[in-house]
Amino acid sequence: MTKTIITVLITLLVSPILGCFLTGVDRKFTANLQSRKGPRLRQPLYDFLKLLGKENIAVHKYQNVYMLFYLVFIILSVVMFVLGMDLLMIIFVFTIANIALIVGAMTTGSPFARIGAQREIMAMLAYEPILIFYAVITFMMTGSFKISQLYKLDKPLIVYAPLLFISMLFVMSIKFKKSPFDFSTSHHGHQELVKGITTEYSGPTLAMYELAHWYEAILLLGFMFVFMAYNGIPALYIELGVIIETLSFIFVIVLDNITARITWQWMIKLSYTLLSSLAVINIFVIYFLKLGIKQ
Amino acid sequence: MANILSRSMAKSPWIVHVNCNSCNGCDIELLACLTPLYDAERFGVINIGSPKQADIMVVTGSVNSKNVDMLKNIYNQIPDPKAVVAIGACGTTGGIFYNCYNVIGGVDKVVPVDVNVPGCCPRPEAIMDGILQAAAIVEEKRKNKVKGVNL
Repeated sequence: MTKTIITVLITLLVSPILGCFLTGVDRKFTANLQSRKGPRLRQPLYDFLKLLGKENIAVHKYQNVYMLFYLVFIILSVVMFVLGMDLLMIIFVFTIANIALIVGAMTTGSPFARIGAQREIMAMLAYEPILIFYAVITFMMTGSFKISQLYKLDKPLIVYAPLLFISMLFVMSIKFKKSPFDFSTSHHGHQELVKGITTEYSGPTLAMYELAHWYEAILLLGFMFVFMAYNGIPALYIELGVIIETLSFIFVIVLDNITARITWQWMIKLSYTLLSSLAVINIFVIYFLKLGIKQ
Repeated sequence: MANILSRSMAKSPWIVHVNCNSCNGCDIELLACLTPLYDAERFGVINIGSPKQADIMVVTGSVNSKNVDMLKNIYNQIPDPKAVVAIGACGTTGGIFYNCYNVIGGVDKVVPVDVNVPGCCPRPEAIMDGILQAAAIVEEKRKNKVKGVNL
């Protein structure tokens, strides 16, 4: 019981620090790819603190409540993930967080936010099936949806699910709101529909959005970390997990810099043809080769 | 802690770029600030499109009766504390359109301007210097709790 509480507290405190660092690395690395110097690594912290000191101009006060829901449910899904709980429930909580963001944007009445919210719905249609397939493969391999059971596999999950890993890389890019999938809103330095779903947020509410983005970065990289989960020595799989997290993050940033924004039709087509087929082929391979747990 | 909070205001100046009546020369130089050669992002400057998320309004070009309402509207939407930078000869005084029948004049006839960057058009280094001086002014306003004018 105390171990759970200590884990939760450490997650709540360390995740935003790591997330802030990752966002800083993201901007610095992007700058280096574009042969310029880029901001300091702690620039996201300065942005966050600055936003806390700004006035809060809102169209109406309830839109800030939706951003609070987004933050709370993202934090909840990170905590559930670190505690190794049911993957399907984590995906549901993660979805609720995104719905809160969409509804919050819809309530403002701004046409930019409305179109951004509709595009975000399209993005959810594109990546939700892949997350469900992820949960299905977890169930096939271990007989349970719990992430903690993945640490009982005899080989790392990526050996059984390499095609799902490729699909998850694209889901990372959609969730990080980076090119080519950054059309509901765009991350810093870029604009899409002014700022898409976050157009009408200002001040401390936008700081909440930044904080939630830091937690979300940890959760998304956590999804990639779990691909290296198996029954080995903790030092080994933690090291491999960090390596695979780093490689996925580098992939997302490089993909951001070499591609342009695409339309939602293209994204839906990509997801429902290529990414879903990769995941489904993976499921069939596991099923027919009987790689999963004996039911 | 209060120290790092107040330092952050100057280290993260987000700008919204408003073009009234400009020939686009100053706009091109302003956007050149964001290119790798001049790189405004190393100071934390981001060209954020939404005025609700900006700190500094960077105005190019002079004001005429068609865009005066637009300029006031965008100024009102920027949350406190805020600063205004007028770029170029047209932004500061009206430039070659000074006293013309169809031009109201420089930006300071409509909104309170904090930094003027003269030139036609000013170099990107001068524009960046103006934006960073405005960032320091925003920090001062935050410390002294100075609110913007409601136009």
